[in-house]
Amino acid sequence: MGEMKEHTISVLVEQTFDALPRIAGLFSGRGYQIDSISVGEAEEPGMARMTIVTRGDDGVIEQITKQLNKIVNVVKVTDLTYEPFVERELALVKVTATQSTRSEIMQIVNIFRAKIVDISPKTLTVECTGSRAKVQAIIGMLRPFGIREISRTGSVALRREFRGET
Amino acid sequence: MGMGIETSIGQGDIRTRDHRSPVELEPIYDVSGAEILVRALAEQGVKTLFGIPGGAVLGLADAIGRFGRFRWVLTKHEQGATHAADGYARYSGRVGVVLVTSGPGSTNTVTGIATAYMDSSPIVVLTGQVPLPMVGNDAFQEVDTIGVTRPITKHSFLLRSAGEIAETVRKAFYIAGSGRPGPVVIDMPKDVLAAHADYLPGEPVVVRGYKPKIFGHAHQISRAAERISRSRRPVLYIGGGVVASGASEWVRRLAIEHQIPVTSTLMGLGAFPTDHPLWLGMLGMHGTYAANMAIQMADVIIAVGARFDDRVTGRVADFAPAADIIHIDIDSSVIGRNVQVDIPIVGDARHVLVDLVPLVKTPDSREWLEQIQRWRAEHPLWYDRNSDVLKPQLVIEKLGEITDGEAVIVTDVGQHQMWTAQFYRFKHPRTMITSGGLGTMGFGLPAAIGVAVAQEDGAPRRPIVAIVGDGGFQMTMEELITAAAYRLPVKIFVINNGYLGMVRQWQELFFGRRYVASELFRANPDIARVAESMGALGMRVEHPGEVQEAIEKALAWDRGPVVVDFRVDPRENVFPMVPAGAALHEMIEAKPSEE
Ligand SMILES: Cc1ncc(C[n+]2csc(CCOP(=O)(O)OP(=O)(O)O)c2C)c(N)n1
Ligand SMILES: [Mg+2]
Repeated sequence: MGEMKEHTISVLVEQTFDALPRIAGLFSGRGYQIDSISVGEAEEPGMARMTIVTRGDDGVIEQITKQLNKIVNVVKVTDLTYEPFVERELALVKVTATQSTRSEIMQIVNIFRAKIVDISPKTLTVECTGSRAKVQAIIGMLRPFGIREISRTGSVALRREFRGET
Repeated sequence: MGMGIETSIGQGDIRTRDHRSPVELEPIYDVSGAEILVRALAEQGVKTLFGIPGGAVLGLADAIGRFGRFRWVLTKHEQGATHAADGYARYSGRVGVVLVTSGPGSTNTVTGIATAYMDSSPIVVLTGQVPLPMVGNDAFQEVDTIGVTRPITKHSFLLRSAGEIAETVRKAFYIAGSGRPGPVVIDMPKDVLAAHADYLPGEPVVVRGYKPKIFGHAHQISRAAERISRSRRPVLYIGGGVVASGASEWVRRLAIEHQIPVTSTLMGLGAFPTDHPLWLGMLGMHGTYAANMAIQMADVIIAVGARFDDRVTGRVADFAPAADIIHIDIDSSVIGRNVQVDIPIVGDARHVLVDLVPLVKTPDSREWLEQIQRWRAEHPLWYDRNSDVLKPQLVIEKLGEITDGEAVIVTDVGQHQMWTAQFYRFKHPRTMITSGGLGTMGFGLPAAIGVAVAQEDGAPRRPIVAIVGDGGFQMTMEELITAAAYRLPVKIFVINNGYLGMVRQWQELFFGRRYVASELFRANPDIARVAESMGALGMRVEHPGEVQEAIEKALAWDRGPVVVDFRVDPRENVFPMVPAGAALHEMIEAKPSEE
């Protein structure tokens, strides 16, 4: 216990009207941190998979997974942190771009293998996909140019299947 | 078992003929959602509903009336209805049912739902709702009931079509009553209750993602047995989960066969007989010296159906420093939450004990039991038994003597609640009904009504005594009218100290005797006259010498509720007391008066 760590928790949940607010309410009501939360339909009709990025010491994380499991509509809770997993987030970043900064921004975009998806006389909108860390990094690089708006999906994640074993 | 089957007893009563006959339900085609709901409730064996009708549920009320097999206990306030359903559930072990209208009807149930939630009591609350197309428009008497009650319910449902009503009711009862029990809300839009569908008698339900764990892990159970067998200073620490799961008999076997002393939380009282030599008394903030010391010195603590609440542990860092902790609970989230646990066992308390007890070898606890006897002898619960002033503890002790622990006791919240826990001789599970987790003043009287109704529905007959404070009594005393209307045999003992006594005690001990907003005596009504005006028998007792006769008279009264106004010493405090933030062994004890 003691040390705060980031955890990525995947939750398989029935898509009832009350499931999402119950999960969100659990975090607010019990004072747990939410760094990001994302939801979408899962492989099975009527089910959603939710990816929650949170922080806490071991005790808090244990409580979070146990409390999630108590929610009636929650079918499965997996703390991915303890095993290899793939994680992606998409961010759209609208950044100020002048004559003189535009090419410098485009260089950064190339290095991160991001994309320009919109352009105007005064701005560029950058689409970046990658791990949370990569998204944080590109945002950090773009910040000095003047960020106007950011929209992020939050992480989505799945456990890695093949780990090289034969 | 004996139960009243009169056609009509009092206002609002719509019970008909013999409601004990098993309900045979036929498929019915093209009927209203309300008709379906009523049948789905009958399927669950529902006999009684508590609540108040209103615009959003008039169709349902009508369907209930025409169905004719339920008794509707019309309370004066929806909080009363909810506490009554809660008391019904706690005493009978069956799901209590509340029916209220939308908006204010539903918001009035909030305190009752939260009370049931904190103490894991199974109730289903049916709330009216505006028609689905109007939801979100701030329609007349609209409130987001599911939103308001979300943090205090185990689960909730919004009915979206008449066709899903029966299945939803089955799920709601299953969820409320199984696993760690708790309240479930079903929000019922008016148009859904009016729409038509078919009713088909149902099969048992499956709720995906909800599988309470009943049996404990075999390896953990054998580790626990082994650890207990090697212990020298074992203590059983039991809570409400023992009562809820019906594990009391197995707790008794574990304790008595293996010579393990027992302490209990407020919620666990009754699960172990308080006249047994292995009984330590309640533990925690107002626990006995022996119980708190035993916990602090124990080498093994077997916690069953208890959750190491902060009122129990005192300063957590210094809780049971020498003990290995075995924790048995059906809710894994309470294990390891407040204290570090050495052997966690997730499962139903009774099932786990059934597996555990035969594996235990009796530990050598002789020296330990001697030590405990010394603590008990040197530090008994104390009050001035020879006082000329009427002491509250005397009332409770006398009640214990006269009823020989055979009554069901319902309490309110405050000093009287703690004195009841300390001085009543509990013998049976489900005979202490009290708001432990939320500490809800106003719970006692309506919950006692629920117990009385449960007895009429077939639960074992016992005298029902609600022990309430003068403060809490005035929070829900309107329900005395309900008790009188149905001629329910509840005895309400008001421990009238003229104060919000528990508040006054803290102000005396920790706030320099500045009694801010805790005096009631200046404006208290004459409680006996209040009782009379509401249709109950009212009595008043002022001297210790009158107590015995008054209790006997109250218990013998067979024409509905009795209220006894016990004018007790306003300055009496509850001791021992572990001050907030202190460790369990740092108790303030009662001091014999100097004289
Ligand atoms: C609804 C509610 N409001 C306030 C409190 C805080 N509170 C706890 S005990 C208490 C005093 C209770 O007074 P009374 O009912 O006279 O009982 P006594 O302590 O005097 O026995 C109060 C105000 C509470 N527990 N519940
Ligand atoms: Mg009082």
